Amino acid sequence: MTENRTGGRFESALRAGKFVVTAEVTPPDSADAQDVLKAAQTLGRYADALNVTDGSGANCHISSVAACALLSNAGYEVIFQMSCRDRNRIAMQGELLGASALGLHNVLCLTGDDVTAGDHPQAKRVFDMDSTQLLQTARIMRDDGIFLSGRKLSAKPKFFLGGADNPFVEPFEFRPLRLAKKIQAGAEFFQSQYCFDVERLKSHMQKVCELGLHEKAFFIIGLGPLRSEKTAEFLRTKVPGVRVPESVVERMRKAQDKRAEGKKICVEIIQQVREIQGVTGIHMMAYKQEEAGAEILEEVGLNNKEMMR
Amino acid sequence: MSVFNRLRNYPHILEVAYQFTEWIMQGMHPFFKWIGYERASKLLRLPEKIGKGAVFNCQMCGQCTLHFTGMTCPMGCPKNLRNGPCGGVRVGGFCEVDASMKCVWVEAFERSQKMKVYGDGIFEIRPPLNHRLVNSSAFINLLSLRSDGMPEVWQTQTGLVHDRK
Repeated sequence: MTENRTGGRFESALRAGKFVVTAEVTPPDSADAQDVLKAAQTLGRYADALNVTDGSGANCHISSVAACALLSNAGYEVIFQMSCRDRNRIAMQGELLGASALGLHNVLCLTGDDVTAGDHPQAKRVFDMDSTQLLQTARIMRDDGIFLSGRKLSAKPKFFLGGADNPFVEPFEFRPLRLAKKIQAGAEFFQSQYCFDVERLKSHMQKVCELGLHEKAFFIIGLGPLRSEKTAEFLRTKVPGVRVPESVVERMRKAQDKRAEGKKICVEIIQQVREIQGVTGIHMMAYKQEEAGAEILEEVGLNNKEMMR
Repeated sequence: MSVFNRLRNYPHILEVAYQFTEWIMQGMHPFFKWIGYERASKLLRLPEKIGKGAVFNCQMCGQCTLHFTGMTCPMGCPKNLRNGPCGGVRVGGFCEVDASMKCVWVEAFERSQKMKVYGDGIFEIRPPLNHRLVNSSAFINLLSLRSDGMPEVWQTQTGLVHDRK
């Protein structure tokens, strides 16, 4: 794999071969910096890096880059999520430079959920670039020190670039090959959508390893606890790209203590995911269930205290 | 689905038709050069719009990648993605945005596997659209080498190929 370019805690941990934990932070609907810090508090203690979402689910929140800067100043290692939904190539390249100047070097390049999924379905969808093109753009800025227009940058940005992976939705056969495309474009790590179907993930990762992609990029698997069968139903119907198998919903339905069962399912998934070849970390998504997420990480022994550098 | 649209399920035939059209265009290149690319583009715009519109729901982006995307127009994707599917595909391979429609990329990938000439083009990295070429003739843009505006360092090749059993 390539050299450590950013020297950041997240990149260094992965390159040192640690099994990393990342956690998702949803920036609040607030102009108060304290609210941003509060959103990161619980899971921040456990994570090697915090992902700050960029209008997740096409809902409006405080901007990702601003929230990242606030968290970074507070000492957290952050991953700046950038979606192609809301900006054209001029805005994106400008923001990439800005992010690097602020010391935000981990960038997760996403296509983004469609505007119809969020609270402003009337908005214009931009998608001037797609996620693969955004990756290549950031890589060109970093390696060649130019904008897409060819104009030179007086100082090159530093980036550790990531892409999204969703092994759980069609076209299954294309997914690993698409990752190879993203790696060629510039991706060095991947973070996946919620995993509730370990068997599907296994066959996906098998193909990833056959293609040798696990030697070119790090694979971090997304997961999170369910609170009830209603949460499962919400994720399944309201969040694009999340698949919750019927067997999991059934377990939640039958359970007496829903919260405990949701945590148990998540712990089981983590234990299985850790054993899969090529998997180098997990990504905890526990919006409004940060406490449960933290308890799970304690339970599986992935608390950062042991992993302190 | 109209009769014309149904043709899309025969990508191996369409790619030959595409190859043939390209061959004719190459043959006519001196003529286009003689009358000027601007004029040629105006001349070809309508037939292209009607022909490709009927079969592929062409949106006249002016930078045709049909043959590289399983003879399935990626402009039909509501997010206009040009390098593959997003992560929002619904159960059964339906579109995140318009649940009544099959994901363009699910179809593009399936069809590209049946194509012997251009099938592996789906693995190349397409640059962002050049919006200045919208509504112009894609064939003329190809012949006149009107650029996508990307710097030379833009990488297209990935070396990936279909696993043809």
